[in-house]
Amino acid sequence: MTMPYYASAEQVMRDRSEYARKGISRGRSVAVLTYVDGVLFIAENPSATLHKVSELYDRIGFAAVGRYSEFESLRVAGVRLADVRGYSYNRRDVTGRVIANAYAQTLGAVFTEQLKPYEVELCVAEVGDSSGGDQLYRLTFDGSIVDESDFVVMGGQAETVASHLREHYTRGMGLREALRVGVRALSAVSAATAANGGGHDQLPAEQLEVAVLDRRRPKRAFRRVVGVSLRSLLSDEPVTGEPAPAAVATHVHAPSAPAPGTPAGLGDPTAVDTAGGTADRTLEPDTQDGVGGGTEGDQPEPRTDDGR
Amino acid sequence: MSESSTGRSGFPPAYLDRVGSSFTDFLGLTSPDLLPGRRTLPAAPLGELAPHGTTIVAVTYAGGVLMGGDRRATMGNLISSRDIEKVYAADSYSVIGIAGAAGIAIEMVRLYQVELEHYEKIEGVTMSLDGKANRLAGMIRGNLGAAMQGLAVVPLFAGYDLDAAEGASPGRIFSYDVTGGNYEERGYASVGSGSLFARNSLKKTWRTGMSADAATRSLVESLYDAADDDSATGGPDPVRRLYPIVYRVDAEGAVRLTDAEVAAVADTIIADRSVGNEAREV
Repeated sequence: MTMPYYASAEQVMRDRSEYARKGISRGRSVAVLTYVDGVLFIAENPSATLHKVSELYDRIGFAAVGRYSEFESLRVAGVRLADVRGYSYNRRDVTGRVIANAYAQTLGAVFTEQLKPYEVELCVAEVGDSSGGDQLYRLTFDGSIVDESDFVVMGGQAETVASHLREHYTRGMGLREALRVGVRALSAVSAATAANGGGHDQLPAEQLEVAVLDRRRPKRAFRRVVGVSLRSLLSDEPVTGEPAPAAVATHVHAPSAPAPGTPAGLGDPTAVDTAGGTADRTLEPDTQDGVGGGTEGDQPEPRTDDGR
Repeated sequence: MSESSTGRSGFPPAYLDRVGSSFTDFLGLTSPDLLPGRRTLPAAPLGELAPHGTTIVAVTYAGGVLMGGDRRATMGNLISSRDIEKVYAADSYSVIGIAGAAGIAIEMVRLYQVELEHYEKIEGVTMSLDGKANRLAGMIRGNLGAAMQGLAVVPLFAGYDLDAAEGASPGRIFSYDVTGGNYEERGYASVGSGSLFARNSLKKTWRTGMSADAATRSLVESLYDAADDDSATGGPDPVRRLYPIVYRVDAEGAVRLTDAEVAAVADTIIADRSVGNEAREV
């Protein structure tokens, strides 16, 4: 008969905390700051599509660090909770507190009951009608929840970034100033900056994911700050170039054309939205390079963004 | 409402299993009672008991698409509402108008709005316009049982296609039948009891490539014609200051025209049609 290992509960918890902490500190940092018109999220994130910051509901945003697959499923759960609640009650009955509580319960349960804790740290931010109503909830891997008033820094060398912010942050900063302070704090520890062996003075726009919860926006307060508008906020002189797009420019679909009289998906066999079809002519690619179609075939050329 | 509140252990398991980006499918798994079309209806015709909305019209123009609806809801021979709104923004680039059983239709619009927003939040991109039109078809299909008992809902969907190919018209209109059939329309479309008259009116006034103002006039005039001949469609009501609801969707997004704007158009139409009548009265 084999004897089970004995490990004290204290030891088990300590090991799990250690494990989660290590995983979280390996990543890059995210800072969430309040500014005069709401809440500003700044993440060091080279990917433009794998977001660390996103919208949960009308006035509620989400930021996370750690393991992507884990915080992504938590993010989706938060969106679902918010939408189900808003749909069955009313949109104004969805609060950051409800979502933060659900996260805390879930993280706490996973931490105590499962072998591997979630290696994530989350921030749920809610913007109020005035700066007094802004809420930042910081949630750690063990399910603890802290209500912060000014800023939250998570992941990577969070302590260094936080102490930098404590020195330079003041309440009621404008967007430009808050962004500067935040980016400078993140740059202090980033591997991309010259001080740490990278090639930049401070984090460039391509390495940043920036979004705001702007209380002045009528319904959905969340807005990503991208492209020209981000670059001009980061630099002193206004950036010339194409006008900043008003909304998120993420139209990634293949071009479509109106097709009255043809049921969707049953029209021209060469059209993108048609499944299969029985074309009279065989659809041969123009190039005969010996590579077949389907998943192994040529990658279609990436569509150039026409500025919309 | 147990599913929308979280228990001691946080999110129920279904919330964390990533199964898809459709809100309707998710509700079907976790709280099917919240979905229209999942309830058992009494086996009796209900059409006379429920308020019904009537005429919706959509027209394309050079820069996008317009949709408008009258303000009347009827219950049998009664007017149950003079100021009901039957055209809504579905999301920032599309609008939906509904004819049929008002209660179910409004629930469907609410669900549809959340469906589009939910997809956008989870996927990080908006659905293609064809995708949106298809999702709506699925919802109508689910309502066939109720439709057979007199609670049919027939929407009209229109939007500005951000993915429109070069040279193609960005304003597009989709119509539906009660079985969930989804048809793209050419230029203009109408649904509801007064749709026949509205369509006949549009045939004469609508032209390809109209300006927004001309198209607005054409649309309001078609609703006027529908109200003229269909008792279930309400005309402009200058006494109560009630005018049709009109939405415009263009590259800037969906906006509702103000009552003053629509009133001005309606008043011009009334004035134009009164010309000559004064002379005869002598």
